[in-house]
Amino acid sequence: MIYLTRKSEFSASHYYHNPQWTDEENRRVFGKCANLNGHGHNYTLEVTVKGEIDPTTGFVVDLKQLKEILNREVVDAMDHRHLNKEVPEFAAKIPTTENIAIAIWQRLHEKLKVAKLHRVRLYEMPDLFVDFYGEA
Amino acid sequence: MKAHLTRRYMLAASHRLHAPTLSDEQNQAVYGKCNNPHGHGHNYAVEVTVSGPVSVETGMVCNLVDLDEAVQRSVIERFDHQNLNTLTEFADLVPTTENLLEVIFHKLKQSFHSAHLEKIRIEETSMNSFEYAGEEQPHR
Repeated sequence: MIYLTRKSEFSASHYYHNPQWTDEENRRVFGKCANLNGHGHNYTLEVTVKGEIDPTTGFVVDLKQLKEILNREVVDAMDHRHLNKEVPEFAAKIPTTENIAIAIWQRLHEKLKVAKLHRVRLYEMPDLFVDFYGEA
Repeated sequence: MKAHLTRRYMLAASHRLHAPTLSDEQNQAVYGKCNNPHGHGHNYAVEVTVSGPVSVETGMVCNLVDLDEAVQRSVIERFDHQNLNTLTEFADLVPTTENLLEVIFHKLKQSFHSAHLEKIRIEETSMNSFEYAGEEQPHR
């Protein structure tokens, strides 16, 4: 079994706000991230797929196809966007790195016919990342 | 106590992706730029992860000199500054990074015995990487 990882990058803005809470509670839990004017990050996405090597091509997956799906499903939808306002998953869900990683998994899992998705790793900053393996 | 140790090595090599069982048009469709007749090259980064108990005497999983020697002898000297397509390992195997990875894993498995060979990871470019841990163990 070979594991293949493709990296891509996107920049987006967001804020953290739970509408069930008071402004004070939001500020206490989310700190600087609760500022409703939003702020942004350069996200780095690493998508790992797994499979056996095709004996004819020597590939586990055609990287061109994988890149196209990543660009179409994730980068085009999230790059230079306001996640809370422009990405439907976050209309009623807080766009934390955890929730973005899960949303990316769900987007890819449905569309990825070319390989078996193994892991979505999303870096919000170089020293902070989330791994999601599709587990319940 | 078991610990994992990873060391990173660099090798530069050229290759051309072309499957003899496919037609020229099919090769072009499958491999795109990588099928260009004169080949192209990469700086491959090879990360070798070994594991084992930490020796009470030395405080080490294995002596890095031993690992360096094995990688130098069986990987770097064999593949660095080579055209992969001209090597016997790829006489009947398309030199994709997947196949290079399996070849390197099995070579190192044979030549390095000072610790358990856990995993090899190859970065073909800064955006693509491939991992292989043999067939015995689950991977994460």
